[in-house]
Amino acid sequence: MIEAFQLTKSFGPRVALSEIDLSIEDGDFVTLMGPNGAGKTTLLRILATLSRPSSGRVRIAGMDPAREGERIRRCIGFLSHGTMLYDELTAEQNLRFYARLYDVPGASSRVDDLLQRVGLSERRRDKVSTLSRGLKQRLAVARAVLHGPRILLLDEPYTGLDPQAVDALTDLLVDVAGRGCLILLATHRINRGLALGRRVLVLDQGRLIYDRPRETITLRAFTEFYRGVTS
Amino acid sequence: MSFLRKLLAVINKDIAAEMHTREIISAMLVFSLLQLLIFSFALDLHAAIAETVAPGVLWATIVFAGTLGLNRSLAREQRNSCIDGLLLAPMSRSAIFFGKVAGNFLFMVLVEAALVPLFSALFGVALFRLSVLLVLGLGTLGYASVGTLMAAIAVNTRAREVMLPVLLFPLALPVLIGAVQATGGLVSGGSLVDVAAWVRVLVVYDLVITAVSLVTFGYVLEG
Repeated sequence: MIEAFQLTKSFGPRVALSEIDLSIEDGDFVTLMGPNGAGKTTLLRILATLSRPSSGRVRIAGMDPAREGERIRRCIGFLSHGTMLYDELTAEQNLRFYARLYDVPGASSRVDDLLQRVGLSERRRDKVSTLSRGLKQRLAVARAVLHGPRILLLDEPYTGLDPQAVDALTDLLVDVAGRGCLILLATHRINRGLALGRRVLVLDQGRLIYDRPRETITLRAFTEFYRGVTS
Repeated sequence: MSFLRKLLAVINKDIAAEMHTREIISAMLVFSLLQLLIFSFALDLHAAIAETVAPGVLWATIVFAGTLGLNRSLAREQRNSCIDGLLLAPMSRSAIFFGKVAGNFLFMVLVEAALVPLFSALFGVALFRLSVLLVLGLGTLGYASVGTLMAAIAVNTRAREVMLPVLLFPLALPVLIGAVQATGGLVSGGSLVDVAAWVRVLVVYDLVITAVSLVTFGYVLEG
């Protein structure tokens, strides 16, 4: 479960997030939308414990990130704009390295399985620097879910993926969500966001201006609303 | 055990990455050898003054080459936001710090292993003594520790290549003075007892800078 109370984050005079109150239950699949600079990445980085709020509180899986950061990080998978992959290492070496950091049991078979699932078995011994943007993104997805996180935070995960990889990622997310994982997906793509999320949030200028269950939203009405926000 | 396992994972990762590219060691090695040649041509190091000048030349070479390596080592973590991958892992910030320090220390020691014989031949000073190697180790450890912390700060700035020496050299001054003085005392025929005060400076510096770095490293990385 993720809870945020009056969450505010400022970078100097610029307020990136302003008094966000949010609660997301375990197993929920939430889509987070908003124009560029709305604060999506900042919110995800705070929830991932990579950044500290300027004021307000966050609780992840019932724990306080300031006190129980290590335990919280064990539960979190985070996919951001950067792939977090070492260009100098092979695809397999990258996953094995992260498997050691997360104490993944049966690391070898887990790495083999994930490389298979993201279609990189044949390229496992290739250095990451030789992979295309799309293949790197597939490997980054594998890294994010390697340790079987209970909470998955995804920041524009479809960037750079070809249609085949988009389908594979969608299948993976549906599978992960089906096993009770909380997913918070930040995306610009209205269709995909509404297709996957069971709840939709919209951030604008650091404020949470929209929070509704998916079943109460029609594509047309939401598209009009969202165009108004982004224009 | 978990702390040690993760620390070793960070070190192994740095070694594996370096084995694939050799970008850090080769840059440090070429730079230090060129610097050494320039010094040997620029300074007329006949036996009478070699013992006086040699320690300064040796440590200047180690420091400049080490700065190159430190820059690249932390830049590697910055590329593709790999540093976020480390910070996201369920491990203490101190394991990341010690892992990076150990990697940087190892690369510097490897370069020194090539540098010292050449230096001894060019300058005619005997560096292959346990006491000199101990001073080299202590000085390098202190420099790698403070350098790793400063590189973590500099790597987030635009002009990181310039910023690192600007931040690092003033803070590294005590370890450099201690290392140069201790090395000088030893190459001019003294024993460890004769340079004990400078060795103590190195040990205290290493302990203090490691303690300060452990407290501040997490804040530096998280920004």
